[in-house]
Amino acid sequence: MKTQKLKYDGTFEGLLTAIFTVYEERLSSAHIIEERFFEPDFFSELITVFTDENKASRVWEGLKSFQQFRTSVYRSFLSGLPDKEVHILDAIQYVLKTKNDKDYGHPSVLKMAQITKQIGREKHRMEAFVRFKRTKDDIYVAIIEPDFNVLPLIAKHFKNRYADQQFVIYDRSRSYGIFYDLNSVQFIELDFNDTVLKEALHDEEKHYDEMWQDYFISTGIKSRINKKLHLRNVPKRYWKYLNEKKPL
Amino acid sequence: MNFERIREKLNILADAAKYDVSCSSSGSKRKNTTKGLGDSSGMGICHSYTEDGRCISLLKILLTNHCIFDCAYCVSRKSNDIKRAGFKIQEVVDLTINFYRRNYIEGLFLSSGIFSSPDYTMERLIAVAKKLRLEENFNGYIHLKSIPGCSDELMREAGLYADRLSINIEIPTVSGLKLLAPEKDHKDFIKPIEKVKNEIIQYQADKKLIKNTPVYAPAGQSTQMIVGATGESDKDIMYSAVHYYSTYKMKRVYYSGYVPVLHDERLPALGTEVPMLRENRLYQTDWLLRFYGFDVRELLNNQHPNLDIDIDPKLSWALRNMNLFPVDVNKADKRMLARIPGLGMLSVNKILNARKYRRLNWENLKAIGIAMNRAKYFIVCDSKDWEHKDLEPAHIKSMILQSSQSKYQKMYNKQLRLFN
Ligand code: SF4
Repeated sequence: MKTQKLKYDGTFEGLLTAIFTVYEERLSSAHIIEERFFEPDFFSELITVFTDENKASRVWEGLKSFQQFRTSVYRSFLSGLPDKEVHILDAIQYVLKTKNDKDYGHPSVLKMAQITKQIGREKHRMEAFVRFKRTKDDIYVAIIEPDFNVLPLIAKHFKNRYADQQFVIYDRSRSYGIFYDLNSVQFIELDFNDTVLKEALHDEEKHYDEMWQDYFISTGIKSRINKKLHLRNVPKRYWKYLNEKKPL
Repeated sequence: MNFERIREKLNILADAAKYDVSCSSSGSKRKNTTKGLGDSSGMGICHSYTEDGRCISLLKILLTNHCIFDCAYCVSRKSNDIKRAGFKIQEVVDLTINFYRRNYIEGLFLSSGIFSSPDYTMERLIAVAKKLRLEENFNGYIHLKSIPGCSDELMREAGLYADRLSINIEIPTVSGLKLLAPEKDHKDFIKPIEKVKNEIIQYQADKKLIKNTPVYAPAGQSTQMIVGATGESDKDIMYSAVHYYSTYKMKRVYYSGYVPVLHDERLPALGTEVPMLRENRLYQTDWLLRFYGFDVRELLNNQHPNLDIDIDPKLSWALRNMNLFPVDVNKADKRMLARIPGLGMLSVNKILNARKYRRLNWENLKAIGIAMNRAKYFIVCDSKDWEHKDLEPAHIKSMILQSSQSKYQKMYNKQLRLFN
């Protein structure tokens, strides 16, 4: 039997619309795939999905009684992993049929729980490892390069915490950022240039930067040093934007 | 601002504060409702980690390291020949705010040497917290040290601005305290603790009646004990920890392996290794008491005054109580599941959840991510094979030690050599 390839635009609503389509058309061997990864082949039938908010929200509503699972669906989507759609569709079908939303004996439910955990860890790390620099016009700017697309997940945390401070957090690997203007958080796209940023920094920035580096050293106890543990706590891939870990 | 001078002070006063191991920034429910700065309603975040593996979540400093006392175990003691410094109140406020705005920290942990008098010192600590809350509209976390011997009125005021208050008992036995800090009276420690406890109880009662009762120390109290400075047993330490948890409703007791910082006949010599393994076993015990339903007398008693160093306290307890095992994971209640060596609470909950859908066998347990290397000797499941039924405790112990590449093995061997 022919498989059906459902091509969608890469948005979350798009994915949910695709799932709606699977149910609506009773597709039995559907394969949902993002537009940018799509490659045509002779063996499957192509269905182009047009994102439809109404259809998307019907799927979302349908999962309402499985709160934790719903979070897991959204986070798995944000993971950006290539076969995320396969697991999401498979798990949704299983959960809607059996109502067993926490059955980790099911491979896709388990896989999604694992992805959710990973992305949750990344979210926490970013809430911890974001380092702002203050600019002359009093905007606090941070650059990050997280493994997963976590900006949508961390925005609220920073908005609550820094309610009285304008800030930008820019995801360099995905070339977009969030900007908080004392009222709301907006997504922004911009080209970030290190030299421009450097020149824009507030005069005091250098001092606080140095004092933080000093503090990091003073607060460690030499006779207890444990490099391995340290590397597990602060993996090297995050060092680039941690001023206390500036690699020489 | 003179940044050079502040930087110098920061180096001295952060260095002197680092032996206080508490860094918790959780347990407060202070929300940013005023569109001000900061929020401590969450779990508390480690923004970085020291190279010795400890969480950095607070700016942990002394207001000053001048001190009129001479406690043997402390770097800031009067007779120690070190550089002294003191922050101005505004300087601490500025540092806190500026570190916080850059997302370096969750808040401030301010302690101090005692200068002129306990009350004078406490007043200055309170002044910093007050300024942060009232002038800077700061909702981040504030942990203040309670100064031994300070007055009840000040302890009352401190709790209005601080999230947590702590006073370090340091020496678990009264006789040890007499030896190492002869000028200090055990009662001076207890008085502020008692006051804070009563204020917290009062606050909780008032809050039920009057909604806008000002918050009092929402993250409670904690204390710290030094381990390995006076020849105290693990039983001494844990029994007194239990006393602080139950009598004074402490949120946390911390255990800090003694780091020899200066020469003193009464103390372990300079260069003596920090008893990190022992410290770790004490934390594990503390955990078993608070979250796993153990009673301290099961783990430590006159037959067993010290914890095993080579195996964790739960395993040690299980090997002494083999009559209770094996446990059937498909039937046992939560309390008993929590007592299986090698199973954390997370695994316990996974099992409870998974067994709703099917009777679990070894494959199922593995699939839901249960670590089996220790647990397998103590459980049966929906599977015929249980190979370990005839093993003696000593045998099980040696199999576990052989198979687990314990992260402490290397350290253990090194420290063991020192004991011989
Ligand atoms: S009173 Fe406190 S700061 Fe002073 S010597 Fe004793 S422990 Fe150290």
